[in-house]
Amino acid sequence: MNPPASMTMRDAFLGRLYAALKEGERVFLVTDDFGAPTLDKIRTEFKDRFVNVGIAEQNAVNVATGLALEGFTAYAYGIAGFMAMRCYEQIRTNLSMAAQLRPLNVNIIGVGAGFSYDVSGPSHHCLEDITLMRLLPNMELFSPGDWVTASRVAERSLRVNKPKYIRLDSKPVPQIYPEDMAVTLDDGFHELEQGADTCVVATGFMTQVARRALAQTNAPIGLVDLFSFSPLNEERLAGVLKRYRRIVTVEEGFIRRGGLDALIVGLLARRGAAIPVRALGVDDRFIYDVGNRAHLHKLAGMGEENILQAITAPSA
Amino acid sequence: MSNETQPTADPALLGRLKEKAAWVWRETLKIHGVAPETRVASSLSPVEILTALYYGGLLRFDPRNPRWEGRDRLIASKGHGCVSIYPILADVGFIAHEELATVCKTGSRLGGIPDANIPGIETTNGSLGHGLGVACGMALALKQKRSDAFVYVVMGDGELCEGSVWEAVMFAGQQRLDNLVLIADCNGVAMLDFCRNIINLDPLDRKLREFHWDAVTVDGHDIAAVHQALSNCRRAGATRPQAIVARTIKGRGVPQLENNSLCHVKTLNQEQIAAAIGGQP
Repeated sequence: MNPPASMTMRDAFLGRLYAALKEGERVFLVTDDFGAPTLDKIRTEFKDRFVNVGIAEQNAVNVATGLALEGFTAYAYGIAGFMAMRCYEQIRTNLSMAAQLRPLNVNIIGVGAGFSYDVSGPSHHCLEDITLMRLLPNMELFSPGDWVTASRVAERSLRVNKPKYIRLDSKPVPQIYPEDMAVTLDDGFHELEQGADTCVVATGFMTQVARRALAQTNAPIGLVDLFSFSPLNEERLAGVLKRYRRIVTVEEGFIRRGGLDALIVGLLARRGAAIPVRALGVDDRFIYDVGNRAHLHKLAGMGEENILQAITAPSA
Repeated sequence: MSNETQPTADPALLGRLKEKAAWVWRETLKIHGVAPETRVASSLSPVEILTALYYGGLLRFDPRNPRWEGRDRLIASKGHGCVSIYPILADVGFIAHEELATVCKTGSRLGGIPDANIPGIETTNGSLGHGLGVACGMALALKQKRSDAFVYVVMGDGELCEGSVWEAVMFAGQQRLDNLVLIADCNGVAMLDFCRNIINLDPLDRKLREFHWDAVTVDGHDIAAVHQALSNCRRAGATRPQAIVARTIKGRGVPQLENNSLCHVKTLNQEQIAAAIGGQP
């Protein structure tokens, strides 16, 4: 059997946009001078739909807003930490707020979620975007775990006329879902593994890490891949989680700050489900230490071994 | 003053524009009487700019169809300082006259800052420095659509301190967005002080030209000059974004406001408003 095909999420995503441009879709791609191999094809073949605003994220979002107000599907493409935070107020005012009054299809593509840019240090680690984007009304928020999901999000971005924040990994990642993936994005999650007592809920790249951790144990551990915070079928997710007695959340983001852990704790609490939730992620500090992604995970206490410990040890 | 030689508006039109400007000025003060929360000083400085645009045959709009595809887009980027657009929106038919008495009142759709929930207003305003960048996107899209519509942005000089403005200035010049017009309402006063004491941007027109814009400076209360400069923006052969640096007076015509470095947050009482309306701007 062939190993799962690896591909970067951004190439899968941009590949779909390239196809859309070929199909004549009214698409504009705005970048803050950030590239990708597939982007080169777009900027060569569709010069009039490719806009490089320079290293100016605020203007990238504002220009994309203006394009979308005129009916185009606009993409603002750059490094996740900068696309989420340098222009947060532009996203709030011109996308989140504006979309309440009229349809507006601006897609913020943040490449380099979490510790993707491991050795670039804390300026390039993006540990805040899930919390920040969860806060904004009228926005969709995607955190795919593989390139197949990323490609599905690209498909959705072309037809759902709402602002979206899409956090993508920068490194090639193995395929989790088959290319004819039957999972619907509207649910927001998929139970990759059904288990007995304990369930891991992971998002983005951490779904990959959790899969590797679970492969090292024979214990029947559940695994939920949460690839969308909005849309999300909370009722259905609660139904899945209520089958378990313990839950471990894993995210490349700050914990106890409104990210994945807060989502799960909140939706269980609102339904009166007293299931303990153990949160793995980065706790109340930035990481200046230099090292690869596995090293950073270890420092933060969220690597494969930490996941294995959390699912086998009694609740902390 | 512009050195372009476009015909100045005919005397009859100029007469009408002056009358309208005086009416908009009075109505803006009256609105302040019912809504002391409004930034009256800031809203008095762009009166002639807005009047020339809406009544001078320059701005294309259809009050029966506010999102008419063929309209020109006007972005009131200095939102708090564009309360003077309310009487115009009522007069030309976007909203009802009676609504002017409801500004800032519970249940009204007219707040202290014009927002996109009001017919005729394109964007959610109030957060400074966004308008020009959004306008750039609109201008780019209109070019792609082969539309001959223009995008106008009314911005304050205090607002020019926002870095996002200059990201957009550089972008518009680079992209040669010749369907984009920036009108800088340079009333010289920000919230705490005169602009020259905070960040001195003079000469603004030269700075814009250095960024590949066409830019002229006019007396922003000389409606003939404003009208002519705006007319020139649509002249054939222009290949750059157009800027009008309008020298204006914050709180113009009101003694308590004019030349007062703190006039931005100054509220007039009913007697002061009555006395001002009794006089002429």
